[in-house]
Amino acid sequence: MNTLTSAPTLQVNEEGYLKNYQDWNRDWATEIAHQYNISLTPKHWDVLNWLRAKQAEGTALSVRKVGNSGIVDIKEFYALFPGGPLKISSRIAGIPKPASCI
Amino acid sequence: MKDIMEAPAVLETPVQLKKEKYPVKKVLIICSKGKLEDVYAALVMTNGALMEGMEAKMFFTFFGLEAITKKHANHLHTGTTGNPAMMPGVPDMIKGLPGLETLASYMMKREMDKLEIPSVTEFLEIIEASGGEIYACKLAVEMFHLKKEDLVPEVKGIITVGDMYALAEGEGTQIIFI
Repeated sequence: MNTLTSAPTLQVNEEGYLKNYQDWNRDWATEIAHQYNISLTPKHWDVLNWLRAKQAEGTALSVRKVGNSGIVDIKEFYALFPGGPLKISSRIAGIPKPASCI
Repeated sequence: MKDIMEAPAVLETPVQLKKEKYPVKKVLIICSKGKLEDVYAALVMTNGALMEGMEAKMFFTFFGLEAITKKHANHLHTGTTGNPAMMPGVPDMIKGLPGLETLASYMMKREMDKLEIPSVTEFLEIIEASGGEIYACKLAVEMFHLKKEDLVPEVKGIITVGDMYALAEGEGTQIIFI
């Protein structure tokens, strides 16, 4: 999809979400972020790591939970990942598409 | 005439109708009711639109204003009468007994808590933080003798119906009335 980086091609589903959560690596995340015109800053990584940790715990994620994470508030979350923050950050974090309505 | 019958005009390649997609880019959600379920429908749909990366605006009018007044926002009730889907088979006279509406509302809120659905005021805060805009209807505000300070701080303005339509400008906008 993107020939600019040397990140290995990982198996994704039809919506572009990583099939196997364990496959994830930072190069891949950086490349996916580029598709959304996002350059990952330390703050982005904090959010991504938090999302991955919550996913590993089996917690269902929502924008509200990210807002209460202590890492970012909701406003910052929208600013970091514009255009649908939970969907986009989940895709970059290599976790399944969130199935949350709130 | 005969020639035409023998050689009907057939296109070599059938014309493909190109199916264009016109995604929803913005929603204007009008909430005119003050029942718990109606207000939550408006809040969930607004927040859902923002989560999908759309623009979203809310306009509260008539009894919908209850949802954005400091006094009542977190004390909305569900109606038990006039709704056959609520407690099916129970006659309205029974459903109208004192205290039943409070009980039904309490039970509904408890179920919502289990699903971690935020309170009305928290939901409004989330919507504002997510870039959504919340407005109150000028006519209804005057009718109910409300003042700006009676409304939650997330209310961006008290506007006319004309201003409301202006909020819906732009291609790909949908107006949803509740």
